Amino acid sequence: MSIATVFEVVLAGVVLGLGIWTIVVRETYSATVGFVAYGLLVALIWVRLDAVDVALTEAAIGGGLGGVLLLGAAARLRDARLSAAEAPGKVTRVSAAALSVLTAMALAGAVLLLPDPAPTLAPTAIANAWATSLANPVTNVLMAFRAMDTMLEKVVLLLAIIGVWSLASDSAWGGRPGPRHQADSDGILVFLARLLPPVGIVVGIYIFWTGADHPGGAFQGGAILASMWLLVIMAGLTDTPPVSGRWLRLILVAGPGLFLVVGLGGLWFGAAFLAYPPALAKPLILGIEVAMILTIAATLGLLIAGVPERSVKR
Amino acid sequence: MNLARDVMTIAAVSAGAFFFLAGTVGLLRFPDTLTRLHALTKADNLGLGLVVLGLLPQTGSLRDGLKLVSIWLLVLLAGATVSQLIARTARQGETAK
Repeated sequence: MSIATVFEVVLAGVVLGLGIWTIVVRETYSATVGFVAYGLLVALIWVRLDAVDVALTEAAIGGGLGGVLLLGAAARLRDARLSAAEAPGKVTRVSAAALSVLTAMALAGAVLLLPDPAPTLAPTAIANAWATSLANPVTNVLMAFRAMDTMLEKVVLLLAIIGVWSLASDSAWGGRPGPRHQADSDGILVFLARLLPPVGIVVGIYIFWTGADHPGGAFQGGAILASMWLLVIMAGLTDTPPVSGRWLRLILVAGPGLFLVVGLGGLWFGAAFLAYPPALAKPLILGIEVAMILTIAATLGLLIAGVPERSVKR
Repeated sequence: MNLARDVMTIAAVSAGAFFFLAGTVGLLRFPDTLTRLHALTKADNLGLGLVVLGLLPQTGSLRDGLKLVSIWLLVLLAGATVSQLIARTARQGETAK
């Protein structure tokens, strides 16, 4: 058994143990911290599987931004528990456990019953990479071969932000999300919020740009840009924008909107919906991705900033 | 030449792993928040620094080396900031008691 195998077995064991611990542990806060660590370790597993694109996304979304969302939810739950403590009954808990076990068993069965070798479209995707002149097969699949899925994914992001906004009270509708953060102007957080964003913005754009040929892309780069924006907001250097702002809404619909326009253009001028003419494939994909990284950064930032709480008119 | 590089890598990465181990033991065993933070930042700063130093001879190009060093610098910055914030919160919690 080589060192790599030992490492993989230990990694799988730790991830399984951490997963079980996250479910079993009673405190919501501990479960959230366990989940963040779980996300980072799962990213390591994706690296071992040579799926670096997935690993980057898992680390940024599953470990990072998802963790922050869950931490906020855990804090709210802890406040709410003091007033209304209504534990679910035994029947509910047993049936929830039974359903979860059944789902897990069905998924495990589906994975184990896959034919060997598993059916794959990877050789076809690589053989047709010339059509877009992008070297990263993942970007090819996301932006060209299965572009429809990616477009709908962005629409889902848009629906998610509408869902968050719809929780606003009538008086705060269209206002600024979250509380106004005040930080000590000589404090360390303000220092970091001044020092880090220039570096983070360069890294985010680099990860986006390198996605054409190497692992990376709009989602991973967008997540980094969103975290830089949130850092500046949390340090109190800037405020969250009012959600009724025209520019903000334009940025939010830019990604899926441009995607849809290019798709309809393919229907009009080319063979099918979202069919790019090969000569224009790369500039078109790049244009969509630029619009998408802005949309993703704004959406992820606003998802974490939360429900509009402060009316602008006041 | 290759042997010298490998020896340096093994020595530095092992030393880094030792600091991570020591930092973890300190995190589990030390009595209060501030000393635990002290142990944790040793793992981040020295442990990761030594691991990066050990990996530098193995990089193929200057670019990869610079990437590794900048990862270490960013972790230093993040670690220093977060430990400051945690320590400040811990101290405020103490004076509130």
